[in-house]
Amino acid sequence: MMQDWANWAIETAKRRGASYADARVMDIRQREITTKNAEVGTLVESESLGIGVRVVASGAWGFASTDRLTREGVQACAAEAVAIAKASALAKREDVAMAPEEVFVDTWQNPFLKDPFRIPVERQIDLLLAADKEMLSVKGVTLAEGAMTFRRIDQLFASSTGSVIQQVKMQSGGGIVATSFANGEIQKRSYPNSFGGQHMLQGYELIESMDLAGNARRIGEEAVALHAAAQCPEGTRTVILGASQLSLQIHESIGHPIELDRVLGQEANFAGMSFLTVDKLRNLKYGSEIVNVVADARLAHGPGLGTFAYDDEGVPAQCTPIITNGLFTGYLSNRETASAIGETRSNGTMRTESWNRLPIIRMTNVSLNPGTWKYDDLIADTDDAILMETNRSWSIDDRRYLFQFSTEIGWEIKNGKKTRMIKNPSYSGITTEFWNSCDAICSREHWTLWGTPNCGKGQPMQTMGTGHGAAPARFRNIRVGVAFAK
Amino acid sequence: MPRTKKKSAAPRSARSAIRAKNSEGLSFAELEHIAARILKLSEADETEVEISHTVDGLTRFANNTIHQHVAEHTLHITVRAVVDGRTARASTNKTDEESLRHAAEMAVRLAKNQPQNRDLLPMLGRQKYSKVARFFAATARATAEDRARAVSRVCRMADAKKQTAAGILSTGEVRSLLANSKGLSARHEETDSEFSITVMDADSSGWAKANSPDIREIDPDALAAAASRKSAESRSPREIAPGHYTAILEPSAVLDLVGFLFYDFAGTAILDKRSCFNDRMGKKIFSDRVTLWDDVYHPLQTGAPYDGEGVPRQKVLLVDRGVPKNLVYARATAKKMKAKPTGHGFALPNEYGEAPMNLVFAGGDKSVEEMVRSTDRGILVTRLWYIREVDPYEKILTGMTRDGTFLVEDGKVAGGLRNFRFNQSILEMLSNVEMLGPAVRAAGEEAFEMVVPAMKVRNFHFSEVTKF
Repeated sequence: MMQDWANWAIETAKRRGASYADARVMDIRQREITTKNAEVGTLVESESLGIGVRVVASGAWGFASTDRLTREGVQACAAEAVAIAKASALAKREDVAMAPEEVFVDTWQNPFLKDPFRIPVERQIDLLLAADKEMLSVKGVTLAEGAMTFRRIDQLFASSTGSVIQQVKMQSGGGIVATSFANGEIQKRSYPNSFGGQHMLQGYELIESMDLAGNARRIGEEAVALHAAAQCPEGTRTVILGASQLSLQIHESIGHPIELDRVLGQEANFAGMSFLTVDKLRNLKYGSEIVNVVADARLAHGPGLGTFAYDDEGVPAQCTPIITNGLFTGYLSNRETASAIGETRSNGTMRTESWNRLPIIRMTNVSLNPGTWKYDDLIADTDDAILMETNRSWSIDDRRYLFQFSTEIGWEIKNGKKTRMIKNPSYSGITTEFWNSCDAICSREHWTLWGTPNCGKGQPMQTMGTGHGAAPARFRNIRVGVAFAK
Repeated sequence: MPRTKKKSAAPRSARSAIRAKNSEGLSFAELEHIAARILKLSEADETEVEISHTVDGLTRFANNTIHQHVAEHTLHITVRAVVDGRTARASTNKTDEESLRHAAEMAVRLAKNQPQNRDLLPMLGRQKYSKVARFFAATARATAEDRARAVSRVCRMADAKKQTAAGILSTGEVRSLLANSKGLSARHEETDSEFSITVMDADSSGWAKANSPDIREIDPDALAAAASRKSAESRSPREIAPGHYTAILEPSAVLDLVGFLFYDFAGTAILDKRSCFNDRMGKKIFSDRVTLWDDVYHPLQTGAPYDGEGVPRQKVLLVDRGVPKNLVYARATAKKMKAKPTGHGFALPNEYGEAPMNLVFAGGDKSVEEMVRSTDRGILVTRLWYIREVDPYEKILTGMTRDGTFLVEDGKVAGGLRNFRFNQSILEMLSNVEMLGPAVRAAGEEAFEMVVPAMKVRNFHFSEVTKF
């Protein structure tokens, strides 16, 4: 039926005068489980099926979506998209132009071992409850929480140029959090990452690989121990960032500024713009020579939240060099913005949250390539630094220059050894100064493809999962402690 | 931001012709029919059905042209089953018999496969609700062409001033129904409209935003003119050293800061020891000038008069002249804390309990202009951005100023400033309030819309300066 619905939409759009049309039918199934203090919190399973139709008519864009999947409903939706495009033409400056793309007819599904929707829900709940109990067994833990999310997206893309692409994506994710309130202070520790844990394009095997229950006591103990830890100092220090924290640093200070829609002003009212104006392409020294970053949506990069075979305007997954030996070398583009800056092809980053949202430029897997250092050697090579792990807060200006991050936990590095625990770690800086101060990146064995499941962008807002590979890395002369400065 | 009614985004001539609209939203009778089918299909001990149908349109512009223009029609059906003291929820957007049966069965199956929930209460029976009038035909009738014409006008204005504009104009309607097998039936319909605009010069920008259920309350031309003026007045921004300054926060900036207090007023947040009001209830921690309610019935508020379980919402005094007085409670939280439910619970099952979603601040009588005149040296802030919580107990927030940050010197606005990062405890900020403006319906980007005043606060910590 998906193909029929798409055909009805495209035929109607063409008949109504569209010069181009594409349709996305998406069938999304999701399961969410949360626990709190060893009791079930949320237990929800949902499904959503509908179609989104995007057209160019009178040289302007229109988009409409519906879940009324009768022939009449789909045709009315396509007709509405064309009427909207014609209304858009009232404020048109020039006709829509898109970089050319080949026609593809293909099917794809990401590999996974265990379908999380076939795993009994009681088994999933039991795992989270066991982790909660472990955290609560630590004296001083005042709140224990666990979460799992599973998502299966079955989608069909079809275009008036003849592409028909069916993709099925299975995502899994989960994590646990221990919180401790004492002496007028709230401290928390998360595992394997904060804000929902780790998420990948995998099956239930991802959850099993995390050993949530086995790590629960440790993070409970760390949350409690943070109360007695030394406060992060204020000043300029060497900083070593753990891989998950560095993945968010990449997301905010590389992933967003390279979005070409931001660069061209299309997000100016909400998400903001970018300091990476087009004159900086292949001219700006973004980072030190060891900094190499790619945007790679191919499965070969790993099963990240930004992995797919085709983006949501039918462009194949690609690997784009973003920073090459420190030099800024690439943006994230779609067919329209690629054309606008004279590129011959989109690099395939159009993605949509659901059938009722217009695809927009989103990060795929924007990853820092591994370096050469073994982690123990990096610590041993460092005289005086603060190691910061697991994000607690993040913020950056709307052109992506000035950022500030804080993490859940820190450790003082003295004379090549990890010493006392530091609480309330924070650091801030200017994006290019920060990346140019990077002097060591750990090797492939310490590299993890982290998932960021909650990236918000667009009006109306869309939430998207993105992937960021990173290994621990060292940065010199970084401002620390400013978040708590009086 | 002053509210004006000079020009509507939906001119009368255009409103009569609905050209780019697929269909009207589903009627209450249609929603009730779906609910009745599910209640009949369900084999749970108790069953709750929540159905909403949304019709939305959004016209987005940038670089003085429309670049995205969308419409959506979305049905959302959720079924909550209770089986032997256990509960779970399943959702669908399909209305065929098999899909509705599947959703009802899925909710039962999920519910059965978990431990008993000792806090779960029986579903409520029939309730009485106060009426709120939040559906405006003028908004529901607005078409894509109406929005495009309004946007075209502001784009031409920006062109004429050699400025660049970006923003949105949206309109929509939602009709929702909550019903259960104990006879509860609650219904709500509401329209919404919103205009937001950023106007840019080479090295400056200005911003304005407003929303209302009634599109006739939205004046895109006036908002565009305000954003344009802010951008022009902040050209060639100066850089001044970071530090502690008197801050004059326009309502949108206040909204996005105090919005971070939503969850702290939840009874569940106190039980979980994650509220900044742990050990602070009943103590004077804010300025005398700070009084705060949750009040869904306030004429500038929006939303349904009932909560996720169908409990009628109450007006709750949260802060009285600087003293946090009351919390809000879902039914289960109220039972645990020996309080009465206030009608602020989220749909079950959830782990957060409740939150006040309709905050209303007591305002003052000072205009922003008076705040400026009374200030020797300070910073006037239009809007804040990317606000995140650094410390949950001291409620230290970080974020950036954006789209109109001005130096105030000797009682006058003395030009634009480069934008700052701030790290500021909101508890401290609300104890440092020197002046309040009239409370208005403010719109921001980080929090739900609230009724808040502009504020003049002393000793606000601007910690770093960015490059623009």
